Amino acid sequence: MTAISVRNLSKSFGKKRALDEVSLDIKRGEMVALIGASGSGKSTLIRHICGLDTASAGHSNIEILGKLIQESGKLTAEARAIRGRVGVVFQQFNLVNRLSVLSNVLFGNLGRIPAWRGTLGWFSAEEKKAAREALARVGIPEVAWQRASTLSGGQQQRAAIARTLVQRSDILLADEPIASLDPSSARRVMEILAAVNRDQEITCVVSLHQVEYARRYCPRTIALRDGRVVFDGPSSQLTNRMLVELYGSNSEELILPDAPTYPVKPKRAAPVGSAPAFA
Amino acid sequence: MTDTSNTASPRPAPVEIEPNWTRSRGTTICWIALAVLLAWSWGPAEMSNWPHLFTDSGNMAQYAKEFSHPDFSDWRYYAQEMVVTLQIALWGTFLAAALAVPLGVLSARNMAPWYVVQPVRRVMDACRSTHELVFAVLFVVAVGLGPFAGVMALFVHTTGIFAKLFSEAVEAIDARPVEAIRSTGASRIQEVLFGVVPQVMPLWISFTLYRFESNVRAATVLGVIGAGGIGQVLFESIRGFYYPQASAMLIIMLVTVSVLDFVSQQMRKLFL
Repeated sequence: MTAISVRNLSKSFGKKRALDEVSLDIKRGEMVALIGASGSGKSTLIRHICGLDTASAGHSNIEILGKLIQESGKLTAEARAIRGRVGVVFQQFNLVNRLSVLSNVLFGNLGRIPAWRGTLGWFSAEEKKAAREALARVGIPEVAWQRASTLSGGQQQRAAIARTLVQRSDILLADEPIASLDPSSARRVMEILAAVNRDQEITCVVSLHQVEYARRYCPRTIALRDGRVVFDGPSSQLTNRMLVELYGSNSEELILPDAPTYPVKPKRAAPVGSAPAFA
Repeated sequence: MTDTSNTASPRPAPVEIEPNWTRSRGTTICWIALAVLLAWSWGPAEMSNWPHLFTDSGNMAQYAKEFSHPDFSDWRYYAQEMVVTLQIALWGTFLAAALAVPLGVLSARNMAPWYVVQPVRRVMDACRSTHELVFAVLFVVAVGLGPFAGVMALFVHTTGIFAKLFSEAVEAIDARPVEAIRSTGASRIQEVLFGVVPQVMPLWISFTLYRFESNVRAATVLGVIGAGGIGQVLFESIRGFYYPQASAMLIIMLVTVSVLDFVSQQMRKLFL
């Protein structure tokens, strides 16, 4: 079954075309990396899928689990309900700084529980227990009562992931979740995302700046350049040489300086000359 | 440009800064305009009476002498009326803060569409630009003499002020946590409650405390036109030439307002 289906999505900011006729399908349970240089449209694409932005004019549509969230630049009436099924993790964590970590995690319930109860901020004992379990799941059970602003970046991002766990979403979109983190926090966050995908069978789409992480954690990679999909296929086929071909001098920012020039764990050596699915 | 790279002179050409005539001419015009306005207002403002300050210095001395002997024999009554003034200010400020929360959000450009923002703002402008005293006169006619008219006058005027201050705080928030709340499928009201309010709460509280201080001062003046509290008693005793009593009341007011200023300043430090 298709989790995310995007058709002919275009978006312009002024004269700049951020997304250009993007179409893609992601099946349930997939773990997909979205890579590309800065300004290639990764964040814009994710913001459209979760309904925080709407497309520019044109016949586009985005379906989440078979239901339209936006069509031809307009959110559908169901958009708010569908957002509840899509958890989003942001580059800057986007926690409400002055509130406790537990409150922030409990907000994941808002889309699921009756509106009056959510509006009064009245969460049940079970929901609180689930929130604490989610914090334990991401490895920070001890910070529940701290103000969100007192956490380190890595902890904040894990709290944000706990919020999406409480949300019990079917899809998890992560917009550069590790771009503001140090390497060890980054690895931990990626491992949590991979585990969530594996154990809870949540479809994950992770936009990444560095192709290294895509190869290590995501079986499939979609590469964007100037708002177009330029590669869509197994991450193992995405060699550094191909990146140079795709991005030219921009490829430098995608490849870690100390990265090996071949995929980390190639299941099968990519046969030379076999063209991957260029869209 | 001709090729000057080979024949570059060792001395740079002297830079001439052109005097900016339009600017200095503008300044001169402003000063002249101010002088004309002041001259024009001299007569109507009866500024020619300034020597009276000195020729009637006997009156002033008499005034000062009587004020320098405050009569505290009725202090219980004054204190009671001072408390009434505080109570007027308390209710006026509270009602205004409560109503300004929704109105402040509705007049913030990042929260509501323009066809809501603009009308709400215009109404709030009207509340704010009219002095409390004017509202008090109106309310005295509408609800009769007494403290309630004062509460209503403070309420309407302060709501206008709060709506502007609150909405400016809302316009300066970080939009990203609000988006995160939205992405959980929360409703619009929940976005505001959990994404916006926690961010602006310290500022809102600080504004409210500060305005409470000013409203205590305003409430004493409102008493003058019959809206209750110590102001009313003060005005009556000045009109009856009971200067020692008036002086006692002024001292009580001064002390109360200073104590209040200090306390609310300390409280605001806690919240910010």
